[in-house]
Amino acid sequence: MRLATFKKGGVHPSDMKSLSNTQPIVRFPIPSELVVSMSQHLGAPATALKAVGDHVSKGEKIGQASGFISADVHSPVDGTVTAIKKVTMANSVCCDALVITPDETQTDPFTERRDYSAMTSADLLAEIKDKGIVGLGGATFPAHVKMTISPGKAVENLVINGVECEPYLTADHRLMLEKPYEVLEGIMICRKILNPTNTIIGIEANKMDAVEVLSKAISEKGYPITVMPLKMKYPQGDEKQLLKSTINREIPSGKLPLDVGAVVVNVGTSYAIFNAIAYAKPLFERVVTVSGECINKPCNLIAPIGTKISDLIAYAGGFKTEPDKLISGGPMMGFAFFDEDTPIAKGTSGILAINDKKSYVKTACLSCGRCVAACPIGLQPTKLYALITNGRYEDAMKNNLMDCKECGCCSYSCPAHLDLVHAFKTGKKMGRKK
Amino acid sequence: MYSVSAALAPSCIWGIYVFGFRALAVLLVSIVCAVLTEYLLGKINKEFTICDGSALVTGILVGMNMSPTIPLFIPAIASIFAIAVVKWTFGGLGANWANPAIAGRVFVFFSFSSVMSSFKLPRTLAAVDMVSSATPLSLVKTVLSAGESSGMTSIQILANNGYLATPFAMKVQQATGISAYNVDAFLGNIPGCIGEVSKLLLIAGGIYLLCRKIITWHIPVSYLGVYAVLTWIFGGLPFGLGFFHGEVLSNLLRGGLILGALFMATDMVTSPITHKGMLIFGAGCAFFTFLFRTFGSLPEATSVAILIMNIVTPTIDRFCIPKRFGEEVKQ
Repeated sequence: MRLATFKKGGVHPSDMKSLSNTQPIVRFPIPSELVVSMSQHLGAPATALKAVGDHVSKGEKIGQASGFISADVHSPVDGTVTAIKKVTMANSVCCDALVITPDETQTDPFTERRDYSAMTSADLLAEIKDKGIVGLGGATFPAHVKMTISPGKAVENLVINGVECEPYLTADHRLMLEKPYEVLEGIMICRKILNPTNTIIGIEANKMDAVEVLSKAISEKGYPITVMPLKMKYPQGDEKQLLKSTINREIPSGKLPLDVGAVVVNVGTSYAIFNAIAYAKPLFERVVTVSGECINKPCNLIAPIGTKISDLIAYAGGFKTEPDKLISGGPMMGFAFFDEDTPIAKGTSGILAINDKKSYVKTACLSCGRCVAACPIGLQPTKLYALITNGRYEDAMKNNLMDCKECGCCSYSCPAHLDLVHAFKTGKKMGRKK
Repeated sequence: MYSVSAALAPSCIWGIYVFGFRALAVLLVSIVCAVLTEYLLGKINKEFTICDGSALVTGILVGMNMSPTIPLFIPAIASIFAIAVVKWTFGGLGANWANPAIAGRVFVFFSFSSVMSSFKLPRTLAAVDMVSSATPLSLVKTVLSAGESSGMTSIQILANNGYLATPFAMKVQQATGISAYNVDAFLGNIPGCIGEVSKLLLIAGGIYLLCRKIITWHIPVSYLGVYAVLTWIFGGLPFGLGFFHGEVLSNLLRGGLILGALFMATDMVTSPITHKGMLIFGAGCAFFTFLFRTFGSLPEATSVAILIMNIVTPTIDRFCIPKRFGEEVKQ
């Protein structure tokens, strides 16, 4: 069977999923301390609503969205705020965080299902905003902003992202296997808001069990959803490539999925939306894959935001061998960090402890062209690299540098081990300076 | 880079086997001069680059392009020119404007033409009592320019002028009808440069590089494919045979074409970075190789053709920009 995929560029790293894809999701026990950052999302950090000494209850709003692109933050536990300090998250964002010491006993709210059939799309959107739902695929874009369709635009295709193309990560896979009905109901809620003509779930071929489970649940419930298995290729989970693979539309440069009549939602986000609407549960915990060759017992954990990564690693059995790299996210686009006490956030899909197999020696660019062949956007990384390292930032911007999604396909392919993505990040910062 | 050296090794070993220890001496001189030049220039620049393997490859390629009987100072000059002038004066690895080995070879070819054109019989043919030690290409060219044959194919010309074939090749000719000269050219039983004679081993090396994904298929396929088509259509003209009567197989197997198409034209630094550009590059090399071989006065055209296309590569890159992802915005 020929599976759909995108044609231009892309690479095929080994998926390394077998380390954790058979590990069922386990609830991580509440740790002794949580550091909940006010920046759990793209956009402006939330404003803290609590002060030192305040008692907070599980699900209580502790951060207020500040600005159009922002989101609320809710407390993951019943506890006391013991400090407010600056924290540097794995993605280098530095902001205020509430340090919360959880109570000895925790309540268990949000277990009663409510009837939401009377809620209109406006009600649903308001609830999604109120519960702090952001995109859990990694970008953490506030969901209520994404799903507010400006007048004059229509959603033809709702595409659900079950691709999880980053190596090692298995959180979405396990979620689809273990909570298919919940994920599907979340998708149906999105359908009510967006009213699309078609609803498609894109899943890569290394997760055929998830394809089967979801297809079965769909036919049982009679939902108007299609499951589309896709050929494995990185970065298929990126919304541009996903839309190309599923509906064969290419988002123009600088535009959004809505400009090709589509909205893309991650399966984890769908699950969070389901919880928000059916159980009035805010987003304060998520599935995190703790994996890598250096981890003793790779696993998939439901952990509250603000959990220190050192606690997660300890739960996963600690380090088998000393890792070369600690990564928040996936190895292609994730963030390498060094402070083990860094807390996780809504966007933390995985914590990886891996070894760099060789020590890479950087040589000169050979103009081999592999980066050009690998770039899914059709850029010329070698040319951009030469321009940026020579300080010609404006010329780099003229050569479509801003279209670069920093997916890492070029760096992955480079035989000279050039730091291409680093250069592009620098170039973008410098090129945007006036 | 060491994989490229490994891919070239079988052909070099064959060259040493059929041409004797003199060939080994030529190869060693080329390699040592290349690596030494790289080392000394590196010292001036406070770099240590001989471990990246590129000087080794350049040295091997220069040696492979030499006749086995050449005075040893010539490969030395070629190697030194290749590394010092073509590579280092322009910025070292990744900055050369032409394939160093090709430029080195062309430099000494035009400086010492006569010794560069005198060859030796391989061991397998010397045993057959052959008279001439000219390469098949140069013999055919001499005969053609003397105006002594019209309407004969190159195979017939070779036969008429006492070119013999190995007994093994004769057996293959009897069994399959493929000309014994072509079998010999394929196996490497003809006079020529040390590394260019054994097409079989060169192709094996090329397949190895393709499997290792060090080169892509675009340049070799485009180069050899377009060359084959041009030869088929126009190759018969100098022989008085008319159009569509070119001898494709014979021409593909002779001279430095296979070596050039698989190992020299594919040099990444001096070839385009997009696949479309690579196809154009290969076609251009084929065009010039064909032009110089068929209508030019020199028997070996591959080096000059590749050199010309190396120079044109930046222009090809400028015009072959990959299509950017994204539909055009409907206004």
